[in-house]
Amino acid sequence: MTIQASGYTASEMMIVAAARALVGVRTVFVGVGLPNIACNLARHTVAPDLQLIYESGVYGAQPARLPLSIGDPTLVTGATSVISMVDLFGLYLQRGLVDVALLGGAQIDRYGNLNTTVIGSYENPKVRLPGSGGACEIAINANKVYMIMRLGNRSFVDKLDFLTSPGHLDGGDARERMGYPGQGPQLVITDKAILDFNNGEREMQITSLHPGVNLDDVKANVGWDIRVADRIGETPAPSDEEMHLVRIELDPQGMYRG
Amino acid sequence: MTNKQVSMQEAIATYVRDGMSLAIEGFTAFICFAAGHEIIRQQRKDLTLIRMTPDLIYDQMIAACVASKLVFSYLGNPGVGSLHCIRRALEKSIPCPLEIEEYSHYGMVGRYMAGAMRMPFFPLRSYVGTDMPKVNPDIRWVDSPYTGETIAIVPPLNPDVAIIHVQRADAEGNSQLWGLLGCQKEVAFAASKVIVVVEEIVDESVIRADPNRTLIPGLIVDAVVHEPYGAHPSYVQGYYDRDNDFYLSWDEVSREQDKTEAWLNEWVYGVKSRTEYLDKVGETKLRTLNPGTAPAPSIDYGAYA
Repeated sequence: MTIQASGYTASEMMIVAAARALVGVRTVFVGVGLPNIACNLARHTVAPDLQLIYESGVYGAQPARLPLSIGDPTLVTGATSVISMVDLFGLYLQRGLVDVALLGGAQIDRYGNLNTTVIGSYENPKVRLPGSGGACEIAINANKVYMIMRLGNRSFVDKLDFLTSPGHLDGGDARERMGYPGQGPQLVITDKAILDFNNGEREMQITSLHPGVNLDDVKANVGWDIRVADRIGETPAPSDEEMHLVRIELDPQGMYRG
Repeated sequence: MTNKQVSMQEAIATYVRDGMSLAIEGFTAFICFAAGHEIIRQQRKDLTLIRMTPDLIYDQMIAACVASKLVFSYLGNPGVGSLHCIRRALEKSIPCPLEIEEYSHYGMVGRYMAGAMRMPFFPLRSYVGTDMPKVNPDIRWVDSPYTGETIAIVPPLNPDVAIIHVQRADAEGNSQLWGLLGCQKEVAFAASKVIVVVEEIVDESVIRADPNRTLIPGLIVDAVVHEPYGAHPSYVQGYYDRDNDFYLSWDEVSREQDKTEAWLNEWVYGVKSRTEYLDKVGETKLRTLNPGTAPAPSIDYGAYA
């Protein structure tokens, strides 16, 4: 059965764009949901040697079913190595063995700083979010960070309610001054566009629009006056092969690609 | 060999007292719901609950008002969404107010490590530049006496009691586990008292046949409880899968305190023991959680007589 690429959803475009961004990457720190499908798609396409690392203590996972959480037992069976969490964070992450980490959050600002802790004040939260998990140290120690998030005024905000995981802090060479081992956010892959930080201020900028999306669509969904790269391209639409893998092999029940 | 086997009821009655700090650990796997439910049934109060990922078990315990404080690093229903009972306690003090102390994952495992090794702190590359130290004064800094570099530190964590679910142990508590190890070993060495809950009690010879797999020695174990399916609806690698339907349904049940209390009345207060709970879950359901088999080939340790 062949799946035609026409009629793909915005989530499928995100998955495909994220997978392509992993070209040539050796080790990736994975979360559940879209990042997980993106990494498995990359393993089947642009990065056949990609090793999946989960904060639950798994290196080289080859999940036989779509994992429902980062602690799913399918990640253990057939993995290269399963270790304690102190070893995972100390010997893999802090040792510098994670090439790329995929992160997301409830709020992101122009420098790629993330909030996953609270909306409102910490003492009297309007919404209590999950908190850091491993994201804080992952954002500091992974060599590169890619974000996968849907665009929207409530998530792409001028000012975070709480800084849980650092991006480029207040921009420029802030990470170097802080002594962070990793280079921080490189890409933000959204449902409408791809954003990067390739300027001296390390400020988020629109670099590629997905097919059918115009610049104003993106700007209207960001809570500050977002920069536009000198040259912006169009994200290539998902290919038939990519769509076949996503829909038939990786997420046949459509749990994450709707 | 000392036989440390006791019932769950006796283990909780003996070791878990009002006002204590308690860690029921297990990262998605090995979460001992059987122990949590027995603590609710025995109506403990004012506990400090410690877990990296509070998960549904602490959501249930906090809805039952057994705790006044929570120490954690990720507050979510894994793969599903929010922990509504804990959010209700934090946002609205329903049914009881809850104090929190919050770290990142590496901070929590580091705290267990320092506690286990009886060291004054654990250094880690985290927290700098974030808001986390602003809301937790126990996240502090130290300058390396070798390089002068400033590094984040977290304090040791030594729970009064740790409850650790594993695949198997002998009657003395020499425990073997495989799958996601989480911080089961570290929290066991950190705690003052350790209750090990097992799917199977095995002979000492089974343990001695594969010593690399013994992560928790009976030396630090105070009680051994034999409670098959004691981690349901979480899972035990190779024994049963996670009951994902339950994790999804809890999202609905837990949205209102009334519905949550009705659930507790039926599934916790309404049953005397884990056996009654499992009868209620039913064999049909449990059978759907059986994984296929994927045995590891055995290795040869060699005989050196």
